Amino acid sequence: MTDNRLKRLGLGLAAPLLALLSAFLITSLVLLAAGDSVTGVWGQILSPPQARGLTNIVNAATVYYLSGVAVAIGFRMNLFNIGVDGQYRVASFAAAVVAGEAFLPGYLNTLLALMAAMAVGAVWAGIAGILRVTRGVSEVISTIMLNAIATALVAYLLRKAAVDNPGSNITATKDVPEGSRIPGFSVFPDSPNQVYGFVVVAVLVGITYWVVINRTRFGFDLRATGLSQSAAVASGIDTKRMIFVSMLLSGAVAGLVGMPILFGQAFNYGSTFQSGLGFAGIAIALLGRNHPVGIALGALLFAYLDEQSNPLQILQNVSPDIVRITQGTIVLTVVIAYEVVRRYGVRLEQRQVALALEAERSTSREEASP
Amino acid sequence: MSVAVTGTTTVKAPRRRLRLPYVLLGFALLLVLLSLLRIVTGTGDLSSSGTLRATLIAAMPIGLAGLGGLWAERAGVVNIGLEGMMILGTFGAGYFGYFWGPWEGVLGAIGFGIAGGLLHAVATVLFGVDHIVSGVAVNIIALGVVQYLAVLSFSGVPGGGQTQSPRVDDLPSISIPALADPLGSLEQRQWFFVSELAALLRSFVSNLSVLTLICLGLFVLTWYVLWRTTFGLRLRSVGENPAAAETLGVDVIRYKFIAVATSGAFAGLAGGFLALVAANGFRDGQTGGRGYIGLAAMIFGNWRPGGLLAGSGLFGYTDTLRLRGGGDSVHGLLLLVAIGLIGLALWQWRQHGRQSALVAAVLGVVVALWYVLTDSVPEDLTGMTPYVTTLLVLALFAQRLRMPAADGKPYRKGSAG
Repeated sequence: MTDNRLKRLGLGLAAPLLALLSAFLITSLVLLAAGDSVTGVWGQILSPPQARGLTNIVNAATVYYLSGVAVAIGFRMNLFNIGVDGQYRVASFAAAVVAGEAFLPGYLNTLLALMAAMAVGAVWAGIAGILRVTRGVSEVISTIMLNAIATALVAYLLRKAAVDNPGSNITATKDVPEGSRIPGFSVFPDSPNQVYGFVVVAVLVGITYWVVINRTRFGFDLRATGLSQSAAVASGIDTKRMIFVSMLLSGAVAGLVGMPILFGQAFNYGSTFQSGLGFAGIAIALLGRNHPVGIALGALLFAYLDEQSNPLQILQNVSPDIVRITQGTIVLTVVIAYEVVRRYGVRLEQRQVALALEAERSTSREEASP
Repeated sequence: MSVAVTGTTTVKAPRRRLRLPYVLLGFALLLVLLSLLRIVTGTGDLSSSGTLRATLIAAMPIGLAGLGGLWAERAGVVNIGLEGMMILGTFGAGYFGYFWGPWEGVLGAIGFGIAGGLLHAVATVLFGVDHIVSGVAVNIIALGVVQYLAVLSFSGVPGGGQTQSPRVDDLPSISIPALADPLGSLEQRQWFFVSELAALLRSFVSNLSVLTLICLGLFVLTWYVLWRTTFGLRLRSVGENPAAAETLGVDVIRYKFIAVATSGAFAGLAGGFLALVAANGFRDGQTGGRGYIGLAAMIFGNWRPGGLLAGSGLFGYTDTLRLRGGGDSVHGLLLLVAIGLIGLALWQWRQHGRQSALVAAVLGVVVALWYVLTDSVPEDLTGMTPYVTTLLVLALFAQRLRMPAADGKPYRKGSAG
């Protein structure tokens, strides 16, 4: 039994390794073709990061992680929430306004803003959910449209809600008051910067996600619907309700994506607020196979690549955008690698069964012959 | 559309195909509406030849991207990667346009687009990767490739930089002064309907880029190839029922490959159009989500070239009004939208679509109130138009839209058994 489990673990690890290796090779080929130094680039990316860099990696990974979990909730249900990107931007804006207005004192204000973010994210995703459930509109198309609408809406509202920043042409909402910010903490010795306090919340989100999906009836229904909608209907699951609820949950988690940045670094929502986090989340959820630990590893990997490629322009005269190619390639290779490994695993199993059957047959023949 | 039988015995009559006279009639009606609107609201920019010419330029990239989507989806491959292929196209146009010449730029754009299309084809058709996943990956990779290559090729070049190419020479354009000048004076008169018609014709005879003409031709060509040739019939059969197509000897994988590569070519050309006609070279972020608008236009057009052209015209028009600082012009359009929505509500009510009718009526009243209570529409909100329209079309006409039956489903060779 343990032998089998080891083999399964080996196969499970083989896929991501294969994917990383191919992405590594393809990126190297691009570098070669363009005439940039392959060893120089990988030498920089694979060099051990400083304490400051490590902190940045953990911080960026926190944000990526939340985005990955948001996408994964949809994936488990066979729903494609392309709209995490729009959801987190609308939600971050709403939370920034609520926190900036400071209706409540101290951390109550923070809590209120977080609730607002989750609610707004859920509502934005809920529009796609409603359209899917009542009108049969594909959530892929509707969330793409909602992403674009979010961009326009937030730009419009930001202009209305912006406060004057003398000496700067960045429009932004009111700053979150000092008492409502989430303090960071130092993990790595001698680091000049701090890890987001929100990392704790991200871990809690991961644990909750695992418990809900694997240990509750709701999670079972969700997985069942994702695996086979017709089987789920046959066993009495209200699949329409499940689709709607999981879209809301996905949106609520998506609402949290911008929160580490809002309460740990930027303290307001401005025109320079980090964008594009939702699409990274799709890649990371795929990389992590929708598993909370896998998503964490994927998020760390993406953050690591981002951070380590930053100085490439100065040190190697290579555009750091080269890691976007690596990241995009990983999305493809990871899916292909899992499929290849799965087929290999199936073949391996078939051969094992065949061998066992053969052995059984030959022993029974020996017993019968004398 | 086939005959639909619901639970009771209501039988819907087969839908009539739109014939040319009807299309022309609709066009004339549109011009009459625009004329009326000009007189009622007093905003002249709604139908000036400048606006219409800009609309044509704004609509082409959207339409070409939509054509790209059409080719792929007709063969059953969903192409979310249009945006990325367009980005590749803008770079191809900038690079080849600057180092060789504008026509080489067009070819470069198409070539880069095809490269993106082939990537999508390899992933989805050969490896059976989910179409959406692959599309997202194509978008990420394309952006990375282009930003990386732009730094590599244009930094240090005079007039270029890390995020833009130097100026690329213009493509030739056509002007017929003998027609344009009299039409211009007609347009000045502001006569009801006649001036609108003159403005429309004038936008086609003055300063029309040759590439615009070619692109318009590509719509006709797509329609002809996909609906009037054996090749097109087979390609569409692959999108409707690949297993059946394979039993009839159609090489499903090959057709899908060709379709997705063509899709990339169109998307690349869309990017090339942006870089060569709408602007003077490659710029980072030039596409601005137009690949997604193209996808929207394709859905709006019910996966058909004619509807797609109408959709891209509509979306290009709103985009133009926004860019021409037309908060007032767009405000005038609100009235049109309100009337349209209420008309739609009445029509839906007659068609027994009670729920849709109610939604349309409520929206119509909201828009009408908006028109009455405000003086101008903020330009940020105008940018939403294509997306909101698409959501509305999807929500209200979901039953009348019909995408290819096997759209988005992976197919493995030999599935026909």
